[in-house]
Amino acid sequence: MLLLGASGAGKSTLLHGMAGLLGGADEGDTRGELLIDGVPAAGLRGRAGLLLQDPDAQIVLARVGDDVAFGPENLGIPRAEIWPLVVEALDAVGLELSLDHSTSQLSGGQKQRLALAGILAMRPGLVLLDEPTANLDPDGVREVVAAVERMLSRTGATLVVVEHRVSTWLPIISRVVVLEAGGGVLADGDPDTVLTARADALSEAGVWVPGRLPQFAPLAPSRPYEVLRGTDLSVGRGATVIQSGLELTLPRGAALCVTGPNGAGKSTLALSLGGLTSPLRGAVEVSRDLAVRGERRPSRWRSRDLITRIGSVFQDPEHQFVAPTVRAELAVGPTAMGVAPADVDARIEPLLDSLRLRGVERANPFTLSGGEKRRLSVATAIASAPSILVLDEPTFGQDARTWAELVILLQDLQRSGTAFVAVTHDQDFVDAVATHRLELALDRAGVGS
Amino acid sequence: MSARLASGADALALGARPGPRINPVAKLGAAVLITGPLILTIDWVSATVALVLVAALLPFAGIGWRQFWLRTLPVWFAAPLAGVSVLLYGRTSGTVYAEWLLVRISDGSIELAVATVLRVLAIGVPAVVLFISIDPTDLADGLAQRLRLPARFVLGALAGFRLVGLFLEDWRSLELARRARGIADRGRLRRFASMAFSLLVLSIRRGSKLAVGMEARAFGGPAPRTWARRSPFGRREIALLIIGAIISSTALTVAILTGNWSFIGAR
Repeated sequence: MLLLGASGAGKSTLLHGMAGLLGGADEGDTRGELLIDGVPAAGLRGRAGLLLQDPDAQIVLARVGDDVAFGPENLGIPRAEIWPLVVEALDAVGLELSLDHSTSQLSGGQKQRLALAGILAMRPGLVLLDEPTANLDPDGVREVVAAVERMLSRTGATLVVVEHRVSTWLPIISRVVVLEAGGGVLADGDPDTVLTARADALSEAGVWVPGRLPQFAPLAPSRPYEVLRGTDLSVGRGATVIQSGLELTLPRGAALCVTGPNGAGKSTLALSLGGLTSPLRGAVEVSRDLAVRGERRPSRWRSRDLITRIGSVFQDPEHQFVAPTVRAELAVGPTAMGVAPADVDARIEPLLDSLRLRGVERANPFTLSGGEKRRLSVATAIASAPSILVLDEPTFGQDARTWAELVILLQDLQRSGTAFVAVTHDQDFVDAVATHRLELALDRAGVGS
Repeated sequence: MSARLASGADALALGARPGPRINPVAKLGAAVLITGPLILTIDWVSATVALVLVAALLPFAGIGWRQFWLRTLPVWFAAPLAGVSVLLYGRTSGTVYAEWLLVRISDGSIELAVATVLRVLAIGVPAVVLFISIDPTDLADGLAQRLRLPARFVLGALAGFRLVGLFLEDWRSLELARRARGIADRGRLRRFASMAFSLLVLSIRRGSKLAVGMEARAFGGPAPRTWARRSPFGRREIALLIIGAIISSTALTVAILTGNWSFIGAR
């Protein structure tokens, strides 16, 4: 069963409730009954297993086998019965690793499959998935979906999954339930009927309805004037070179999309292009009109000079938040670059409206929803009107509505001459915006076009 | 798939997978037995005796020389440093050889300095040697199954321990993020404080997510918990504890018999 609804409709809360994880009366109000096999779900451990979005939040122990054994141990299953369960669960998710393999050396997809194995080892009758693929690259998504399919055919468990990207799960779903934002069920039925009958409402709520995807096309490459250039770049972690000999140019108003598998050095390249770190070798340079007192290498600039020229948006918005309210957060950049207090408001007012942050302007950035956090992190970067934007996975985990808003916003910026570089796994996003593409391979450097 | 099932059958035949070679709880206990009594006295005799005995047993500890020197390196630096400061500022007695402001090198401070160097080594070396081979998971198993510490506490600490590595990454991201926000030029101290606060917020959020993840795996439920891994405690472990006790009691006995025993509070 696929569970859909606008953000704030209570999908995750319902899932947590089914897993018996809702807190007591001090954490909120509860009305009605939630029964699993005729027994209240709260306090019922092991009957329902929940897979969460963040792979790192679910791995408890250092070795693969021990981690899968954690659930059965907690259920009090005798030692002799635990290890066969562990082996069976790892096999059901197709994870062919030694029991002693370190859990910290797994890819995102492997971590999610390990977490799924950890749930299966408890032999649940109900498996709950809360956007389990939102933080994964395309390979990871395929791995996890295949593992879930395999697991269902073996165990016959019931599946409930919450996911914005409907097409990911459509092949293995037999029922769709749509929750209404104010409470109650909006629709309930087989996938074809519900997705056809409720297509408009679902699209409005941010669900990726197949065949109703927002249509965009990249802007025509216009002025060949070059604002950023990377020459013979080497990037890597510590002193280890991951990519070398990279050549790239970014014309004004262009959209360069950098793709490639995990570990190919995309994020590290973004840090260097954003002037946050120096490349291991080679140079990142801006055009002469963007130079600071003749210095064309962004990594040498002071940070307040940097933000008026190159804005960076991190993969995890939470890392970037430094102020207690959304409004104050937006004011940080303009204040740092020396805009007079009276003029700061003039800069942030339009951003509050265009990025739909007006309703939460007094809220703490950490309390926002995923989509709001993403919009805020982009807004903070463009508040200081940089000529270049560097974005790391801007569409990760975003619903269809925020996704479309981001594309519209970025293309508006392009029209006004801002160029951007986006590191991304999202092929739809690349197809929608890319005027230039760079694909990084794992072993050797790719060649930009 | 067949390979998996075969290893499953093996696991079943063994009843469980092989545990650690020596129970970490015994290593912990031996370290306490060796170093505990040595903390009580500051004479050079007991430290020397203990150090000689430990050195004699080193070849049987099962660690290579390279690893031994690498891991104990901090101890070899710390010991002379502690010695030098005691030499310069230690309690004065007997002939004074040199004097400059607060610095006073005398018979007493020389003797104390030698005793300090030996003591840091006698406490540091065996502790490092015993601890380097401890696996945190095995230690947690031992603490919970052998010492009967509450599982909630032990496993919570073990799971939290895994998050430490993520702190370092978070800290670097926070640093870069401040540069990206235009506030990395001034106020180093204030920036440090704000980053520390952000790290705290991030850690708490990570911790509470992990807690939900553990609860989703039935952690903290009403049923008594079982342990998938054994934590054997047999002859080897008892032998290790006895060796530890022999080392410290020999050291103390020699010190007392030669009249060098000096209780740390007595000076």
